[in-house]
Amino acid sequence: MRWLVLAVALLAVGCGDDEPAADERPRLIVSAAASLTDALTVCSREFEGADVRLSFGGSDELAAQIRQGVRPDVFAAANTRLPEELASEDLLETPVEFATNELVMALPGDEREIERVEDLAAPGVRLVIGAETVPVGSYTRDVLGHLPAGVREQILANVRSEEPDVRGVVGKLTQGAADAGFVYLTDITGDLTAVELPPELQPTVAYGAGVVKGTEQQELAQRYLDGLTDGPCADALREEGFGPPPG
Amino acid sequence: MRWFALPLALALAFLVLPVLAIFLDSPPGELLDALGEPGALDALWLSLRTSVTALAIIVVVGTPAAYLLATRRFRGRALLITLIELPLVLPPAVAGIALLAALGPSGILGGALEDAGIQLTFETAGVVVALTFVASPYYLRQAQASFGALDRSWLDASRTLGASPTRTFARIAIPTAAPGLVTGGALAFGRALGEFGATLMFAGSLAGITQTAPLAIYERFATDFEAALALSAVLVAVSAAILLSVKFFEGSALRHD
Repeated sequence: MRWLVLAVALLAVGCGDDEPAADERPRLIVSAAASLTDALTVCSREFEGADVRLSFGGSDELAAQIRQGVRPDVFAAANTRLPEELASEDLLETPVEFATNELVMALPGDEREIERVEDLAAPGVRLVIGAETVPVGSYTRDVLGHLPAGVREQILANVRSEEPDVRGVVGKLTQGAADAGFVYLTDITGDLTAVELPPELQPTVAYGAGVVKGTEQQELAQRYLDGLTDGPCADALREEGFGPPPG
Repeated sequence: MRWFALPLALALAFLVLPVLAIFLDSPPGELLDALGEPGALDALWLSLRTSVTALAIIVVVGTPAAYLLATRRFRGRALLITLIELPLVLPPAVAGIALLAALGPSGILGGALEDAGIQLTFETAGVVVALTFVASPYYLRQAQASFGALDRSWLDASRTLGASPTRTFARIAIPTAAPGLVTGGALAFGRALGEFGATLMFAGSLAGITQTAPLAIYERFATDFEAALALSAVLVAVSAAILLSVKFFEGSALRHD
């Protein structure tokens, strides 16, 4: 019986302690697009004034979490549409564009047959793309939308998997399971070869972020957001190959 | 004794509320409508087909294997059992990576499979492999326990009366252990039906080919919460039906004893 009293007492202590202890840093939760994983992981450790907890996933899934009532402090997506939608639903403060990226065709290191997007229409090509709901998948469909309908349909018929985020596409390529995929330029690692898209096919890939409404750490969240355009995280983004925001 | 009711109530609320919420979050009519979307039914049908196939493989191979493990004593038996049961506690993501490393295109057997013309990644067969891998220990474990609990004298009597080991296995061991085998099969089937991580990593996700119901739920979660709820509701109903039939079967088996 005594252990129970102890347990209840401990619980009470745990719950009642609203004020953080003097040496305890506040925690800032950042939901960010999977493609930002490498860039934000390191620079967020240097963020002053708070322990940054990063939650990476498909931008669409992170947005869905926010719509379901999950409240991170900052939301950073691989497009500008999702942050704008959330802002119009009164879930996000006015978003800012903080980086740009490029969509590329990615091939496993030993792939030699594929040189242009049209080559993806050849029978037997194993193509992996993002699901329609995730930004990388929607950009991919934009690219294919510029092609003649016949070619586009042949290419879509070669799709062997629609992954929930860009990491899934990269994984299938590095495992040699697929012959080609569409990823961001910043996802290209040593195992993959990037084939740049011709300018007329290249979609505008801009990253938008905003402070989540109702956060109790408005000031810290705003500072983190500012740091995406100017500061260690902005530098880290440039180092990983992200372009500066337009304008 | 009375305060024990509080933790029980807590456990009950914690475990039941989320499941109930699936049905309460939106009106039943809307859930049914969301199921009308062809993709949702495709995903459920694929889940059913792959889970049944995986279960068939597990039962055909697993039943004699569990029998041998349960009735023979040999060196390294405990180690063997541990190895077989390992996928039981393996995180799904680890199972996915492990399958890729073993059977993926660049895996250790990938070349051999390719030479044999067997393609698993991106194919329904790959889903079956993933389901079989994660679900089989549930059956093996239960089958082995059931065979182990058999009265040895029955098996010995059957052998003394001239029945071959195979006949003894088929006519004595399987019917007597049947309740346990059914329970194991149901647990394995339930696990297969719910498989997510290993399937996504090893087989991929494409509607009608590799996108099972759990993968379809994950995809819809971002865009169509209603449809995700509807698919979830079906899986809850199927899982509950599995569990209930097992309880029923166990109950009737007990009454026969």
